[in-house]
Amino acid sequence: MSPRLRRWLFLAGMAGLAAFYLWGLGGLPGFGHYPGPYGDIINRIAVGQTKATGVVSAVNFEYRGFDTVGEEFILFVAAAGVATVLRHLRGERERPARDQAADRDTPPTSGAIRLVAVALAGPTLVLGWYLASHAQTSPSGGFQGGVVLATAFILIYLSGQFLAFERFSPVDVTDAVEAVGAGGFAGVGLAAVVMGLPYLSNFLGLGGPPGAVSSSGTIALISFFVGMEVAAAFVLLVSELLDQTLLVGSG
Amino acid sequence: MQVFPFVVVVWILAVGLYGMVTSRHLMHLIMCLIVVQSSTYVLLLGVGYKTGAVAPYFYDIPVHTPAVDPVVQALALTDVVVEAAVTALLLAFAIQAHKRFGTLDPHELVQIKG
Repeated sequence: MSPRLRRWLFLAGMAGLAAFYLWGLGGLPGFGHYPGPYGDIINRIAVGQTKATGVVSAVNFEYRGFDTVGEEFILFVAAAGVATVLRHLRGERERPARDQAADRDTPPTSGAIRLVAVALAGPTLVLGWYLASHAQTSPSGGFQGGVVLATAFILIYLSGQFLAFERFSPVDVTDAVEAVGAGGFAGVGLAAVVMGLPYLSNFLGLGGPPGAVSSSGTIALISFFVGMEVAAAFVLLVSELLDQTLLVGSG
Repeated sequence: MQVFPFVVVVWILAVGLYGMVTSRHLMHLIMCLIVVQSSTYVLLLGVGYKTGAVAPYFYDIPVHTPAVDPVVQALALTDVVVEAAVTALLLAFAIQAHKRFGTLDPHELVQIKG
């Protein structure tokens, strides 16, 4: 198909889509006039039922916790998929990371970048754990916290070299952390089954004032495991992609 | 009736799709896919919005304050995670395609076939 024909076909299709979309918009309640009962009902009952003041996390880790197990495993499988797709092919071998054009001067990492990256790594790590363990109180949770945690390791890569990044996050350890994170979530669900409750029931005591870390039972625990899983998955993805650029040659 | 946010949704979708259809580079194509997917965030958050309502966090406000729909916000979070996973996989495929065929142009890749 020629690019020209392809473009015309696309424009014809978009015209059709636009027509149907405008027609459909006529039947939608306008922006700002939320019609559905679900959101209002959950907002009304969630704080009383789960003692979590962050209703988005209550939805994610409690009301639709089973969906979130699936979601977490999507990320798990994707990380495994990237590792599989990027495995060393026949005829490829690892070469030491060295400059291919020896006569060209590579500027070393500037002192300013090193300083800022090293200074930020610690606070980023703390912030990541804070986010991952406060899902029940504030706009945060394991998914957001996990990404921030992974950033701390990527800052180490930025501040120094690839080898330091590898030393701080060896693949075996990252793999294990990822597995514990993914398995931990499923395990919290199974623990409820062992106690004779439905899968992923909130079996820990709900206590304390709404908003305390320990107030909403399994929500904080699940969020913690999700944070581990997400952080490890992202570190793994980044190191797989860096491996490709820095270590694997086709010679 | 206020429909502007929903028009923005279909505009982002259309721009991303146009980029994908006319793309001459796999990296560009993956970026365009991300643009297409971001239209769903605007749609989800737009559907759940209620005029004058606050975010669904009741840490320091009374429980009966009108708040926007938390369900679509949780769905948007799922959306972001899936997008990150899909993007990582596609980038890995792009790397392998470049290694194997020496090109990232979708038109040339179609002609190689194999």
